[in-house]
Amino acid sequence: MDNKNYDELVKKFSPNSKILSNCLWAFFVGGSICTLGQLLTNIYMKNNFTISDAKLLSSVTLVGISAVLTALGWYRKIAKRAGAGTLVPITGFANAVVSPAIEFKSEGYITGVASKMFIIAGPVIVYGTVASVVYGVIYWLLGRF
Amino acid sequence: MSYFWAFVVGGLICVIGQLLLDLTKLTPARILVAFVVSGVVLSAIGLWEPLVDFAGAGATVPIMGFGHTLAQGVEQEIAQHGFIGIFTGGLSACSGGVSASLIFGYIASLLTKSKSQS
Repeated sequence: MDNKNYDELVKKFSPNSKILSNCLWAFFVGGSICTLGQLLTNIYMKNNFTISDAKLLSSVTLVGISAVLTALGWYRKIAKRAGAGTLVPITGFANAVVSPAIEFKSEGYITGVASKMFIIAGPVIVYGTVASVVYGVIYWLLGRF
Repeated sequence: MSYFWAFVVGGLICVIGQLLLDLTKLTPARILVAFVVSGVVLSAIGLWEPLVDFAGAGATVPIMGFGHTLAQGVEQEIAQHGFIGIFTGGLSACSGGVSASLIFGYIASLLTKSKSQS
């Protein structure tokens, strides 16, 4: 096999293997964050919180951990490798709030920190709310007839 | 066993997100929006609650769980308060996570120096 053939072979296989390794990273990091969430929920439940309160506290704790890691600049380093594994869990949402809050501090606390916090969180909240209201209308109508 | 399925199901949901990142031109923000809305839809048609029973945090920690919380909140508020629940249910159910993100983000910005995150 000459160099040209080899290059073609590399080209043929490397995107797929890159996607595979990205997916493995996303799987293990994302899975680990969810397992940590389960651990926190179980700990809160052992401390006599109701299951819904335990779940809420678990989310709040994950958000807090994500905020600390983001402020230290570590979340970005993990995210470079883990991709969607750090984006999809609630820690990714927290990172999307905290990271611009820090980055745009130089533009002031109103138009910098406070408005830039919503760069990604805003659309998520808006479309989540819209979807929930649409569902609410359907659910309410179904309950009446 | 709860940890095992939380790991596997949570991991697989993240793989779906990774495939969307790698194979489509969707930006992270669009993927988060799509996942939240699909969380509301999957919860509305009754598919997400069984997954939560099965995988626990594996189904609630991914951002679809946020959509599930919105949908559940609407159901509960409508059951308790009727029509007005359409408006109050979603945001009140997810207020804890959203407030925590905003508060921690604000504190983080107070305690750190402004720097590029990218």
